[in-house]
Amino acid sequence: MCDTCGCNITDGNRYLVSPGGRLEQTADGRAAVTVLKGLLDANDHQAAHNRTHFDARGILAVNLMSSPGAGKTALLEATIDALGDPRRMVVIEGDLETENDAARIRAKGVEAVQIATGSACHLDAHMVHDALHRLDLDGVDIVFIENVGNLVCPASFDLGQHLNVTLLSVTEGDDKPAKYPVMFRAADLMLLTKTDLLAVLDDFDTTKAEQALRLVGSAAPVLHLSPRKGAGVAHWVSWIEGELIAQRARIGAGTTRRPAIQAEGARLHTADPARGEHGHVHSHSHDHDHEHAAESKS
Amino acid sequence: MHELSVCQALVQQLEMVSAANGGGSVALVRLRIGPLSGVEGPLLQRAFPLATAGTIAEGAELIIETAGVVVQCNDCGATSDATPNRMLCGACNSYRVRMVSGDEMLLESVELETADAAPAEIS
Repeated sequence: MCDTCGCNITDGNRYLVSPGGRLEQTADGRAAVTVLKGLLDANDHQAAHNRTHFDARGILAVNLMSSPGAGKTALLEATIDALGDPRRMVVIEGDLETENDAARIRAKGVEAVQIATGSACHLDAHMVHDALHRLDLDGVDIVFIENVGNLVCPASFDLGQHLNVTLLSVTEGDDKPAKYPVMFRAADLMLLTKTDLLAVLDDFDTTKAEQALRLVGSAAPVLHLSPRKGAGVAHWVSWIEGELIAQRARIGAGTTRRPAIQAEGARLHTADPARGEHGHVHSHSHDHDHEHAAESKS
Repeated sequence: MHELSVCQALVQQLEMVSAANGGGSVALVRLRIGPLSGVEGPLLQRAFPLATAGTIAEGAELIIETAGVVVQCNDCGATSDATPNRMLCGACNSYRVRMVSGDEMLLESVELETADAAPAEIS
């Protein structure tokens, strides 16, 4: 019988080798334990707690991801101006070093915490949790998390946010979604930034950029904007305000939402037993409506 | 790039699995990794001995199974193979697809050295 592919498991003995079935043993006497858990289980658990905290306070949490210099902080500065009341939002800034970005946000009258990751290439749920304890969240509508500028690692770590926004500046190349599929698949919204430069860049085709996003199987909406010139900011802010309304409706209905991170495959394979093992009560039922939610926004 | 932190998280899980199953040292670890998980199998292989040094999993064998990329179409319902940067339905070319497999980052199973040297016969 084959011991590697699972073909020796039948309906009659499946319960013995399923998670919790402790009788499984290898030929040489080792105890074989079927685990079927995501490798980032500890991070995901913390992220679920962060999300519960956001939901309990009626907060929408948005994770901004892009390569370095795509304009995440400039976007936040323009957002602060457009939202009107600086008390409506707080910002968690992730960078390897310096307080520079947090200082730019604070200069606009918005509370900001800087996470200096040292050499870590991404934020994780524990870092965000620590940062949340340093923020006054009373009366706050939106928590923006500006992730470390990096198109690779941040896409793999759930922070507890409800939405991922991925920025692609037009100076970077319109094939970025094809080159970084994990990152762009994680996006609930793709923002093409610095679009005022399109006039002098003849090698960036916004249609091709959107096509590249579709080719990685994403139905996420695409907005064009140039925060520095003020162009497109109104559309972005109305998208955010719409998402805040949707978030409040989810809270009213007792549900929540995860972005497209760490998606369906792992969940299908873990089925129910492994997920339930923690005994934590966060709702996971929201995961499956992601595609529809993204479509209805465009 | 973040394979070492993933391995460190794995070591924590291995310690919990061992503690819950008699406390034996870890002999073999089976992972299932998809091309869209954001981690690379060969880099995990290289990080694993570093992350496990001095732990209950030191010297353990790491087997990484690669998952294929499979999508199911929301438009026509077909299930087809895909590639990381061409996630379209193989039947109707729609981009409205749901990933069935491809982004797994899964600890499938662990084999532990048992203290008692009387292996039970499992038929």
